[in-house]
Amino acid sequence: MPWMRSPVFDSSDTGYEVQDARLRPWRSVLVETGAVPSVSWVRRQVTQLGRVLTSPLLPDDYFALIKPHWSTRELTGRVVRVQPENGRATTVVIKPNFAWPAHKPGQYLRIGMEINGIRHWRAYSITSDPDHPDGLVSITVKHAEGGRMSPVFNQQVGPGRVVFLGDIEGEFTLPQPLPKKALFISAGSGITPIFSMLRELDRQDAIDDAVHIHSSRTADDMIFGEQLRNLAERRPGYVLKEIHTAEDGRFTPDALDRMCDDWRDRTTFLSGPRELIDAIEDLYEAEGCADHLHTERFQPVIGIGGGGNDGGTVHFRVSGCHAECGPGTSILVGGEEAGANLQFGCRMGICHTCVGRLEDGAVRDLRTGAIEKASGQMIRICINAPEGHVEVDL
Amino acid sequence: MPKLPATPYDPANPLYSLNDEQLEAIGKEFDALHDEVFDELGDEDARYIRNMIRFQRRLVAASRGVLLFSRFKPAWALGTAGLSLAKILENMEIGHNVMHGQWDWMNDPNIHSSTWDWDTASPAAAWKHSHNYVHHTFTNVIGKDKDVGYEIFRVDPRQPWNPAYLLQPFTNILLMVAFEWGVALHDLDFEKIRSGEKSQKQVWQELKAIGVKARRQILKDYIAYPGLSGAAAAGVAFARGADQNAAIAAGRDGAKATLVADAIANVVRNVWSNVIIFCGHFPDQTFMFTEDEVANESRGAWYVRQLIGAANISGRPLFHILSGNLSFQVEHHLFPDMPSSRYQQIAPRVKEICDRYGLPYNTGRLGKQWGTVQRTLLRLALPGGGPRRKPGAYVMPPEERAELDEQAGLVPAFP
Repeated sequence: MPWMRSPVFDSSDTGYEVQDARLRPWRSVLVETGAVPSVSWVRRQVTQLGRVLTSPLLPDDYFALIKPHWSTRELTGRVVRVQPENGRATTVVIKPNFAWPAHKPGQYLRIGMEINGIRHWRAYSITSDPDHPDGLVSITVKHAEGGRMSPVFNQQVGPGRVVFLGDIEGEFTLPQPLPKKALFISAGSGITPIFSMLRELDRQDAIDDAVHIHSSRTADDMIFGEQLRNLAERRPGYVLKEIHTAEDGRFTPDALDRMCDDWRDRTTFLSGPRELIDAIEDLYEAEGCADHLHTERFQPVIGIGGGGNDGGTVHFRVSGCHAECGPGTSILVGGEEAGANLQFGCRMGICHTCVGRLEDGAVRDLRTGAIEKASGQMIRICINAPEGHVEVDL
Repeated sequence: MPKLPATPYDPANPLYSLNDEQLEAIGKEFDALHDEVFDELGDEDARYIRNMIRFQRRLVAASRGVLLFSRFKPAWALGTAGLSLAKILENMEIGHNVMHGQWDWMNDPNIHSSTWDWDTASPAAAWKHSHNYVHHTFTNVIGKDKDVGYEIFRVDPRQPWNPAYLLQPFTNILLMVAFEWGVALHDLDFEKIRSGEKSQKQVWQELKAIGVKARRQILKDYIAYPGLSGAAAAGVAFARGADQNAAIAAGRDGAKATLVADAIANVVRNVWSNVIIFCGHFPDQTFMFTEDEVANESRGAWYVRQLIGAANISGRPLFHILSGNLSFQVEHHLFPDMPSSRYQQIAPRVKEICDRYGLPYNTGRLGKQWGTVQRTLLRLALPGGGPRRKPGAYVMPPEERAELDEQAGLVPAFP
């Protein structure tokens, strides 16, 4: 229990951190919040002036009594419609309550939704065009068995449902200038960011020479199958090569030479399950063309840090819990195994739900292998492992 | 298991008559009760707090609106009453409980302990430290819990007397009226400042934070809203054909009336929260502890200390809401992070545990609880004073037990 602090009488309690009043005190690293909506100058002045009358609240909190989406505390959206897609997926079309900041095709969005009183967050690739005429945004969600949010998006969400819109993130985008020769490799729901990229190339009339290898279980199971087949018919520069794993078996890197013999000369965009990414990455590295490869990897690879990487011990100062983490084991996993009750969200380093202050010791970022020494900074315990002994304020 | 000192600080302290197995079992039972409620939390609980917040904000908006016409007596009375009620709800059932993290499970950044600030002089961060951490961890441990007498009152006969305590009856009334300011200053922890444990830089930063908060509170309640009322009153008078001087006079009246209304609302809230909070730990029934008694205490012993260090106030549902469910101070101290709306529901289960382990369950009507607190404050202003009689083990009345058994044996509805 996080509140269950055993009294430590020798600790010198010298107070608490005084918050800087000039910062936005209503945003905190301890709870995930939607993005800051971009509002007009006038609206900002109203908020500033109005605070005199509403302190410690914001004028927004009173506006929200009339219409909840008038609040500028965070970017929210309303589901306009849901479109079923092939392959047990659903495109959820959302109207944000304030102007949508431009995203780049291929980027993802953190989206929050309340389920039984609790707000949950996940990241999904944005499938809508960057400058939609009606200001709409969409994500396409594949139903994951046993998942918490994807079944809700697929079965329960309907028009009017409120969602919370987080920041747009992701480096998996089209480079500038646009590549002359491109290769797209995707599998399953990994198609969503690539679909966005292809639409962008289509809209910019820039599909000159693109090969797309996509794996799905069957032809009918391919998310956006119709749209992409249609694109292949319209655009001679776009060649779609489908692999249907139910009949053809899994796609392996050695098939690459057969399916696209000049792959070494192509800028490659890769999105799919971890095994596929690992295999292709190994191939590109072995062939010395890793710099052509762009990847979207929704799951971090745990334990590739190199060097010491022996794990260590964690003392959770607030709960008083002691944990041991083997090599490549995150502080979160180690803590859970030791019985600590720790907050978490995405478990992949993007949502910041699990952050805690690193008071002492050093941690290794399990994705990059980078080591950080304690300087009182907040760390995400789901992607950091202890290097020796660490003390965390959780 | 850690050994307790040979003689209890409070002679009847039930911790001394419980063995290690019993304490362990008590710990497990309370843990299980906590987990049971947390497994159930969901939409309905979320709706409760959101409705409460919405109602409170509407009440504020309506009361402030009515007070624009504070020159007219009925509007003044209505607005003052509404604003007082709104401030009570904001502090007690909403602010205190949100800042305890009772609603953090919702993961809603707008109803979260790390982002909430309340409509009083005390800055959120300061209060959360002195209250959630210091008070709720070291509850009723003499010398550690700064809420035992708030460093200005002698509430336990074993606190050494000095002549300054002679003023206690007066400071008591002063604190009641200006409670929010007392709480803000209390968070500074004068003892730590005196002993030099707190750095000057820290003290300065904390003072600055109080200053920022105080400025905003004063600007809002005593300048901005009176100003608006003044403008409204002058405008109304002018529209009715009054000349310039008469309109200005009307404006001055309106501003003054709203200023008084805001001050009254703040004082009403101050007195009310002071009454409820003093009834939480200072009635005769509650036990005090020494540092030796709680050194290395087990989880079960921690629960027992929380249980016997707090006292409830009995009353009707509306009273419980107005008190922020701190009328269930016992349940609140057992489970500070549990949504307050659940305390009433678990109270019979807590009582039943008390009955089985021979523990007291401290409760009483508001008049009785507050009366014993005031008697203590008056008596201990003078030197000396003896221990008050402590309640014995709680015995559950047969009809309450029957009711509880009935609930436990209830066949759940189908489907």
